[in-house]
Amino acid sequence: MRPFDYARAATSEDAARQAAEGATFIAGGTNLLDLMKLEVMAPSALVDINRLDLNQIEEADDGGLRIGALVTNSDLANDTRVRKHWPVLSRALLAGASGQLRNKATTGGNLLQRTRCLYFYDRATACNKRDPGSGCAARDGFNRILAVLGTSEHCIATHPSDMAVAMRALGAEVETLKQDGSTRRIPLGDLYLLPGDRPDRETVLEQGELIAAVTLPAPVEGRQIYRKVRDRASYAFALVSVAGIVAVSEGRITRANLAFGGLAPKPWRNAEVEDLLTGEASSDALFGKAADLLLAEAQGFGANDFKIPLARRTLVSVLRELSQEASA
Amino acid sequence: METQLTINGTQHKLDLDPRTTLLDALRHHLGLTGSKKGCDHGQCGACTVMVNGRRINSCLTLACMHDGDEVTTIEGIGQPDNLSPLQQAFVSEDGFQCGYCTPGQICSATAMLEEIANGWPSHVTGELDASAELTTEEISERMSGNLCRCSAYPNIVEAIRKAAGGGA
Ligand SMILES: Cc1cc2nc3c(=O)[nH]c(=O)nc-3n(C[C@H](O)[C@H](O)[C@H](O)COP(=O)(O)OP(=O)(O)OC[C@H]3O[C@@H](n4cnc5c(N)ncnc54)[C@H](O)[C@@H]3O)c2cc1C
Ligand code: SF4
Ligand code: FES
Ligand code: FES
Repeated sequence: MRPFDYARAATSEDAARQAAEGATFIAGGTNLLDLMKLEVMAPSALVDINRLDLNQIEEADDGGLRIGALVTNSDLANDTRVRKHWPVLSRALLAGASGQLRNKATTGGNLLQRTRCLYFYDRATACNKRDPGSGCAARDGFNRILAVLGTSEHCIATHPSDMAVAMRALGAEVETLKQDGSTRRIPLGDLYLLPGDRPDRETVLEQGELIAAVTLPAPVEGRQIYRKVRDRASYAFALVSVAGIVAVSEGRITRANLAFGGLAPKPWRNAEVEDLLTGEASSDALFGKAADLLLAEAQGFGANDFKIPLARRTLVSVLRELSQEASA
Repeated sequence: METQLTINGTQHKLDLDPRTTLLDALRHHLGLTGSKKGCDHGQCGACTVMVNGRRINSCLTLACMHDGDEVTTIEGIGQPDNLSPLQQAFVSEDGFQCGYCTPGQICSATAMLEEIANGWPSHVTGELDASAELTTEEISERMSGNLCRCSAYPNIVEAIRKAAGGGA
């Protein structure tokens, strides 16, 4: 690890100020320290935000939930309100990492964790995300875990979070704070940037902008599941995952919120797919059409070609389960 | 960086390079070598300790982030002449071969049983609002952050089940 200055933030504004001056926020540290040990990230200063008062889960006036950025993945998964009203979020969190890691990992840090692309981690190889302009070793390399949607010729990395996929399906928003005390709310779908020709830029956040909280809208009708397909039954990142919230009334789908992990540089959601399903009677033919639409522009890079049929089968399976359960 | 840690009930004042992980502070600065370094990247669980009662990977956190915290390591869980029920069960059920992963397994399992007692669900728990039974499936899922290169898994699961009073 390269040397760095370490300071504890006194207030959120102080944290944002230190970060605006060049420091990097550290929360749980489970992603940042991993990357600092490999010198993939080498901040000259860390600002520790762990003592800030951002670790509460509060009910909002609109029936939604406001989740402080420092709420750990364990506490969020275990929260009785989340388990009852937003179960897809508990399930996604419980499907991620390990018991030890979830105790440290925070809500804000989870959203901003970096890709698990092998070349991003390996400083001896070309990677436009780590070293802009150097190329992308993954395109013609070991890209089994990488993206098939939303890629560019410069980067085909995925965003690895499970939690973010569930939050995207739930319509979450991110609340941020800058050093002057100003705040803004960003729909989770707008937080992440697609790689384009600048894969090193991953979010719309400005230097020094602190994630203070994530808000969930009031609970919605319908069954919720999180299906994660991976190489091991536990403690592995998703190859493909689907967060689904589906409501059925009198045999017709009245709501289909669907978000996907493992497929794209950000938790993926496609409104056209949801529109296609809504108002229709559930059938395998319909689910197949939804998968066609979702994957119309999907592009594999060799080793990850399998993700396209895998995503299709996972989506169809999730829709079958949700529409059956919901009508039962 | 001055850091005060309470480790296994004893206060320690340390002056550390901020780069020092909690694991390195324990092993190199305090001589508590029970916690092991397997991967140093959060992947194996050999470094598992409890901080303020919760299990974490001590390799993926900086000691200076824990100023004022209470740390429990394997040395605090029991001693050779005063084994904790889990330590005793790992011995009687042969829950290890080389033993390298064992301190992490035992720290992790100690906290894991507490998590179940507190009603925490897991990925394999059927209903999110029901309490979990201590099945093999539950133990395996909840202990998946602790790898064992000797693959002593069946006996580790048995030891945990036995210590938790679940019978054979
Ligand atoms: C072995 C292993 C397996 C894993 N498996 C999974 C898995 O299956 N699924 C999954 O989803 N994840 C998995 N993870 C990743 C884990 O979920 C993340 O490491 C964790 O969520 C990051 O949270 P943190 O608080 O530790 O972040 P940190 O490491 O502290 O920070 C991560 C980034 O976020 C920034 N940041 C943190 N908080 C804020 C804030 N409030 N505002 C602005 N910026 C902030 C930091 O500056 C840093 O750039 C795994 C990790 C490991 C090591
Ligand atoms: S896919 Fe992206 S992260 Fe991976 S090597 Fe290419 S540029 Fe780097
Ligand atoms: S040494 Fe910490 S998890 Fe492997
Ligand atoms: S007993 Fe050898 S690694 Fe587990």
